[in-house]
Order: sequence, then C-alpha cells, then structure tokens
Amino acid sequence: MKSIVEVRGLTVVRGPHRVLTGLDLTIGAGVTGLLGPSGCGKSTLLRCFVGVQRIAGGSVSVLGEPAGAPALRSRVGYVTQAASVYDDLTVGENLRFFARVLGVSDVGAEVDRVIDAVDLVGSRRAIVSQLSGGQRSRVSLAVALLGTPALLVLDEPTVGLDPVLRRDLWALFHRLADADTAVLVSSHVMDEAERCDRLLLMREGTILADDTPAAIKARTGSHDIETAFLSLVEGPAA
Amino acid sequence: MNPRVVSAVVRRVLTQLRRDRRTLAMLLLLPCLLITLIWWMYLDAGPVFDRVGPALLAINPFIIMFLVTSVTTLRERSSGTLERLLAMPMGKLDFLLGYAGAFALVAVVQSVLAVALSVVLLDLDVLGPVWLLSLVAVVDAVLGTALGLLVSAFARTEFQAVQFMPALVIPQILLCGLLVPRDDLPGVLGAISDALPLSYAVDAMTHLTVSTATTEVWGDLAIVVGFVLAGLALGAATLRRRTA
Repeated sequence: MKSIVEVRGLTVVRGPHRVLTGLDLTIGAGVTGLLGPSGCGKSTLLRCFVGVQRIAGGSVSVLGEPAGAPALRSRVGYVTQAASVYDDLTVGENLRFFARVLGVSDVGAEVDRVIDAVDLVGSRRAIVSQLSGGQRSRVSLAVALLGTPALLVLDEPTVGLDPVLRRDLWALFHRLADADTAVLVSSHVMDEAERCDRLLLMREGTILADDTPAAIKARTGSHDIETAFLSLVEGPAA
Repeated sequence: MNPRVVSAVVRRVLTQLRRDRRTLAMLLLLPCLLITLIWWMYLDAGPVFDRVGPALLAINPFIIMFLVTSVTTLRERSSGTLERLLAMPMGKLDFLLGYAGAFALVAVVQSVLAVALSVVLLDLDVLGPVWLLSLVAVVDAVLGTALGLLVSAFARTEFQAVQFMPALVIPQILLCGLLVPRDDLPGVLGAISDALPLSYAVDAMTHLTVSTATTEVWGDLAIVVGFVLAGLALGAATLRRRTA
C-alpha cells in the first residue's frame, strides 16, 4: 500500500484534556472513512493531517513531507465542518478568489470544472448566503477540489444532505480516488462506512479498527458496521 | 510576499465592499457629512474650522478604517476562511497587505471627496499642496487598517472588537491636539501624545494648512508610516497557521 499519511506517536492536548494519545496509523490511496461518534477526536486528527493543529508530540507526515509544510499547501484540499467560504460573494467569485490564491494556471476553466463536479452550475451567480446549508457545504467542497489536490481531507461533508446528493458525493469521492486523489472523509453516521474502501473506527481518541469494511465485519462476526463498532467497544455480544 | 496573492485579496475585499452598498456609502459619505457638520457648528464662531478642519481630515479616515477592518478581519477569523487561507499557499503578510491595499484604495476615494469638499466648498485655507493633504489622509486610513488588523487578534467577538475603539482610538483623538494644542498639554500627557501615531497624522495635516514648507509634513508622515509597518508586522505575528 502506497502510504499517503503516516502518523507516529501523535499526541494532542487541548486544555486539560488529552484528545489524542500516542496514535500510530497509516493511510493509503482510495477513499478512507474516519468514523466515530461526535467528540471522539476526528476533527482534531484531520486538523493534524492538514497541519493546522498544534500538536504536543509525535509526527505526522503527508506525501513524504511534515504535515503543513509549505510544499503541501497547494496539494492538500481541506474542508472543515463549517462552510469556510465568503457569505457575501457569489459561488463563482468565491472560487475565482481561492483559485487565484492557489495560483492555478487557467482560473476560468478550473472554476468551471469544480462547479460542475459539485453540481452547482445553476447556482454559480448566487450569493452564498442565499444558498441552503447543503449547497454552501458543496461550495466549500468545490474550493478544496481546486488545483486537483493529491490528498483531500473532508470533515463531515455529507451531514444534513439529502440521500440523492449524498450518494452523488460518494460517487464523486470514488471518481477522485480513481483519478489518484487520496480521499479522507470523516463521518459520525455509521451507514456511510460501507461506501469506503478502508475504515478507521475511532472512539475517545483511539483507533478501534483499521481495515476494509468487509474485514471489520468478518472479524467481529457482524452484519453491519454499527454492530461491529459495538462489539469492538463492549466485546462480542452474548 | 506574493503579488498575485496580494492582488487576489485586494480584488476580493473590494468585491465584498461593492456588494455591501450601505457600508460603501457610509465609508465615502460619512466623513464628508461630519466635516460639514463641524464647519456649520463653527460658522459664526470665528476661524475655528481652519484649526479643527485639518485634524478631522486626519481623524475620520483613521476611525472609520479602524472599525471596518477590525470587524471584517474578526469575521474572517471566526468564519474559518482565515484558517483555510493559511492552509493554502498564502503568506501572512500577503493577507494583511491585501486588506491594507484594498482599504487604502477606498481611502483614496474617501480622502479625495473629503479634501475637495473642505477646500472647495467649505473654504478651508491650505497653504501647502492640496494633493499632499489627500496622501496624508490615505496614510492615516492605512494606519487605522493596521491597528484594526492588530486588535482583531485580541477580540473573540465583534462586540469586543468594537470596544477597542473607546480603548485605543478615543484617547488618541483626545491627545492629538484637536481639543488642546499638544504643546499646552500637562507634561505627562504631552509625552503620551508624543508616543501616539494619530498625533503625528494631525500634526502633518496642520503643517500643511499653515505653511508652504513640506519638510515637517514628510517627517510626520514618515513616523505614521513607521507605526503602520509596526502594526502590520505585529498583526502578522498574531496570525497563526497552527492553533490549539
């Protein structure tokens, strides 16, 4: 497995809490799901990959460089839970601005491409504040797609979306992965697990399992990931 | 510094301002209205306007840009767009210079309007070159922007950011020579006044109106520019790529 992200002994302390303690993991190509309940440290871990999280110990390397290194800033796309775009600009204006910051060669063509990828062609001229929550998070996702990053880090990108759109987005993630962008998606919804090539199950800052969905189910003798998760936490059901 | 990124930020900030018609109108017209009000107040009170007019030309752009910038950058910090930008190939200084550049362009229009109004319609006597009056006003606006950027780092909410105005701006207005000439201030206050940037901005304006010699104006202006650069440098130091 070609490793995209390597984490060794990662420890993150926030205030009096140890959010992550001595975490080791490796993430490869394809679509990797980071699943766990709210507050288990998923967002913190993703922030470490992007290099925006202050860490207390250990190392995170991404594409062979330390996370957050200047060379990675145009190669890692990052979408936070809140849509980090400008509410008072149109969809097109937002994307053109971020494309210029990234320095992509043909701004117009690149903006067209990502707007099409997230299915927002009809809303191109709409001011972001007038869009629905789902549309806004897709604008935020489109920004992360600019310049075709080698790694895409998405923090709960499908929350609150309608099922049709959710399916389309997962299809998009797999198309991106086929085109050599490693995709890392966090979610607290266990039924999204089946759509991932590989799964990291997380609880209270530790990784419970790191394998394909099928292997995790086989190992725990479960029919779905939700049950697998429970049996990993509590031991096999009686 | 990357000119491509700076100009992208300038264009984006100007587009946002263009969208917000009400803010734009206030940015451009409020200074004119305030100056007219002062002129009117002192209409029958002797040549007071010739003394306070120049100070107002310095103070107005400073206050307005301070407020606008501190709130806009705070919004950028809290909406997550700043974090996103800093995770992209965006230098901290690129970000600050983009903001300073955009607001400086607005300040050019603002000061041309205010100076033209004061000199042409309100008969403000200016012995020095009138264009220099505008230049000083623009530098004062950029000073407001630089300080606004800096304080936005110390405010968690827009509510707190606005409170920095009475804390940092009003003392400067009181001590800049507008109410009591700086030479007549009690010793300690005079020394404090000497350490505040707005004092030099107002001095520059006042020199311009009473004398054709510009040496002192350039000296004062250089001091204000020094404060601007220090403000931007400190502001850059408050931008963190990694946060807890």
